[in-house]
Amino acid sequence: MVLVVVLLGALYALPNLFGQDPSMEISATRDAVVDQTTQNRVEQALQQLGISAKGMEMQQQKLLVRFNSSEDQLKAMDQIAAALGEDYTPALTLAPDLPDWLIGLGAEPMYLGLDLRGGIHVLIDVDMESAITQAAERYSSDIRTLLREEKLRYVRISREDERVVVKFNTAEKRDQAIELIGNEFRNLNVKDIDQEEAFLVEVSLSPAEKQEVQRFALQQNITTLRNRVNALGISEPSIQQQGVRRIVVQLPGAQDPGKVKEILGATATLEYRLADTEHSVEDAVNGRVPPGASLYYERDGRPVLLKKRVIVTGNQIVDASSGLDQQTGSPAVFVSLDGVGAKRMRRMTNENVGRPMAVVFIENRTTTRMVDGKPVKVKRKVEEVISIATIREPFGRRFQTTGLDTTEEARDLALLLRAGALAAPIEIVEERTIGPSLGQDSIDQGFASVMIGLAMVMVFMAIYYRVFGLVADMALVMNLVLIVAVLSMLQATLTLPGIAGIVLTVGMAVDANVLIFQRIREEIANGNSPQASIQAGYEKAFSTIIDANITTLIAAVVLFSFGTGPIKGFAVTLAIGILTSMFTAIIGTRAVINWIYGRKRVQSLAI
Amino acid sequence: MQILNKGTYLDLMGKRQLAIYFSSALLLIAIGAIIVRGLNLGIDFTGGTLVEVKYPEAIELAVVRDALDKDGFSEAVVQHFGTPQEVLVRLAPQEGMESAELSDRAFRAMQGISSEAELRRVEFVGPQVGEELTEKGGLAMLYALIGILIYVGLRFEYRFAVGSVIALVHDVLITVGFFALFHVEFDLPVLAAVLAVIGYSLNDTIVVFDRIRENFRKMRKGETVEIINTSVNQTLSRTLITSGTTLLVLIALFLFGGEIIHGFALALIVGVVIGTYSSIYVASSSVISMGVSRADLMPVKKDDEVVDETP
Repeated sequence: MVLVVVLLGALYALPNLFGQDPSMEISATRDAVVDQTTQNRVEQALQQLGISAKGMEMQQQKLLVRFNSSEDQLKAMDQIAAALGEDYTPALTLAPDLPDWLIGLGAEPMYLGLDLRGGIHVLIDVDMESAITQAAERYSSDIRTLLREEKLRYVRISREDERVVVKFNTAEKRDQAIELIGNEFRNLNVKDIDQEEAFLVEVSLSPAEKQEVQRFALQQNITTLRNRVNALGISEPSIQQQGVRRIVVQLPGAQDPGKVKEILGATATLEYRLADTEHSVEDAVNGRVPPGASLYYERDGRPVLLKKRVIVTGNQIVDASSGLDQQTGSPAVFVSLDGVGAKRMRRMTNENVGRPMAVVFIENRTTTRMVDGKPVKVKRKVEEVISIATIREPFGRRFQTTGLDTTEEARDLALLLRAGALAAPIEIVEERTIGPSLGQDSIDQGFASVMIGLAMVMVFMAIYYRVFGLVADMALVMNLVLIVAVLSMLQATLTLPGIAGIVLTVGMAVDANVLIFQRIREEIANGNSPQASIQAGYEKAFSTIIDANITTLIAAVVLFSFGTGPIKGFAVTLAIGILTSMFTAIIGTRAVINWIYGRKRVQSLAI
Repeated sequence: MQILNKGTYLDLMGKRQLAIYFSSALLLIAIGAIIVRGLNLGIDFTGGTLVEVKYPEAIELAVVRDALDKDGFSEAVVQHFGTPQEVLVRLAPQEGMESAELSDRAFRAMQGISSEAELRRVEFVGPQVGEELTEKGGLAMLYALIGILIYVGLRFEYRFAVGSVIALVHDVLITVGFFALFHVEFDLPVLAAVLAVIGYSLNDTIVVFDRIRENFRKMRKGETVEIINTSVNQTLSRTLITSGTTLLVLIALFLFGGEIIHGFALALIVGVVIGTYSSIYVASSSVISMGVSRADLMPVKKDDEVVDETP
């Protein structure tokens, strides 16, 4: 069994010995596909530069181009980006250069953390307080609209922090209002807070509603960030929620923190507009845009003419979700508007049944460019039509868009609508950027310390325990191989403190053997036979080893649960190291010792 | 080869009075240093910005300071990091300026000296995040101690649990005190190292306790102090060897692991040295002081019957 584990370990640790090729991953955006033509175009572009690729592979929807050096890779980047145009995103990456049979086994090298491979880590805080005050603001305008529609006279409506206060001049009107508001908005808490001579109604968000607002704000920001990160052209980006109000964005290989922060911090909005069907689109494309209209393009590049007048903007969207139309069962997107938006929408749709209406997605990006050696901030507006649908009947607060081909399309549209709705403000609260050279240095230094530490411990053990020491040394090397194998198989992130954890494990892993060997020496000193001493030594040390290791494991688990990125890496390698070292130091050495001393009658032990 | 001769028997526990004085003195110095000098907390806890830049050639710090001064970073702390080519700049949080902008501007100022300056590392931690980390770090320490208290309490006896926790608090305070006394920066990796010290020091303590329990059951005669002394003696070479190998690798890490890992390795080195001492003296003498006797350990179910799972 020991042999099987060791061989498996060696096999899965193997990929780490192979080098990595600087490569480029080309993926299609929008409706374009990656196919043979794409590959031909890439080949042509490379030929022009006089660079030969080391290899090209088609993967699922992606083309991987390998280069001989990172200079080639960087040179090719611009050329390929220009040759392929906007429909494709090339991203720089490192691809392991593995033989096919290893890939077939699913073996991969260890997954390096940002502190080792270089890249940018950003922690973003979503301003939940303003998400809630924004919601309260929306409700205050909804309530105003409602009271007006119902012809219920109020003295004043005001938003105070997270609540809305409405003042009436009679108790009767106040009671009517409480009932009215309570019926219309079931997710709000409504109660009277009369003060002398004034009849006041206080409206506040219920805890469930508050939670919903926060969840929505977070989700919305994650969606927006994901869209933007995808545009950055970075392979393996990661965007994750952390806690209730934070988002972690990790961009391996990214090197320009300034640019990344600008793009992540862009603001987006959207506009509902009527399509202009009276004028010809072709004329507009040829430069004759009629007054009162402007020319836009859909995501697939088709031109459309839209009226300039905006019906509703993104910050009037309260929610957008995808689902199935209850009558037809076809995919649909459900949108809810706030009071003001609903009113305008009702008026416009009343007059325009049967006409197409479009949604325009607008993103404001700030980029810094160097002009005459000085950085200049350039604002760029990206506009795009994301949906066109015909108005079937007049609608207001809630409506749905159907006619979407797939549920996926519906989901994408809902995401975009939400991304364009007014999102809670975000702020970058933590940033860690590691340059690629520092990452490589850390790997080299970490590797050196593991090797030097290992060598010193091995020499010491061999001198102190002779044959048994050599067996412990074998176990130590085996342990190291197993740690690397387990890390590779789990694809757990290896960080710099993680390497430190491996170093520490090397020092502590011999502990189990020291415990066993000391016991064996004691038994021999007590006059027991060599075989009996080995037997007793292993048995008596066993529970001590377990106790001692479990307590260290407790510390590792606590570290894991509290730690952020790099510290988690330390906890992971420490825990894996403890487990593998128990295996190699107890079971592994026992097998080898039995093999050496087990078959013959021995007079003395070299310990 | 042997570190201690066979049959070495040192009257370790007899000197425990001395050890109490020694530990008390260390603790006083440590606590005093923490209170008076305070910890030199890294930006992980205080919040702030840190920019590391590598120049193609060795560079004078004064040049970098001047360049930063001109750009309005007069309060920046500038120091070499590892080699004379590398410069580390610390910026305190500045009111009214986007933190994200801060590091970009500082780097541009430093690039002004030499266009070949290379950005090695940027770390920015918002004050809010720093506060949370400090809180979380303290809690983590507490949880680790409670978890260990429970485990040792279950496996041994409550006095052993208390004894081991006293030893751990002793180790943690002295390690942290060391960082305060010598004003070495205390950052997130150092905190992780202190937590690892808890695990390590306990490892040592448990091995001694295990022997004490075994001997209480085996040796029918003998005073408590005598039995504990025998147990400490029997485990002494193991304690020294394991600490020795661990120190070997830690010194390798300290010398070759690079500048970033320095504080981490240092904390572990200090912790392992103190942890070795405390598992011999602090943990065992605490147990003696609390008056453990043979009867306390006898009724526990027999652990010796654990089935040997080795093939």
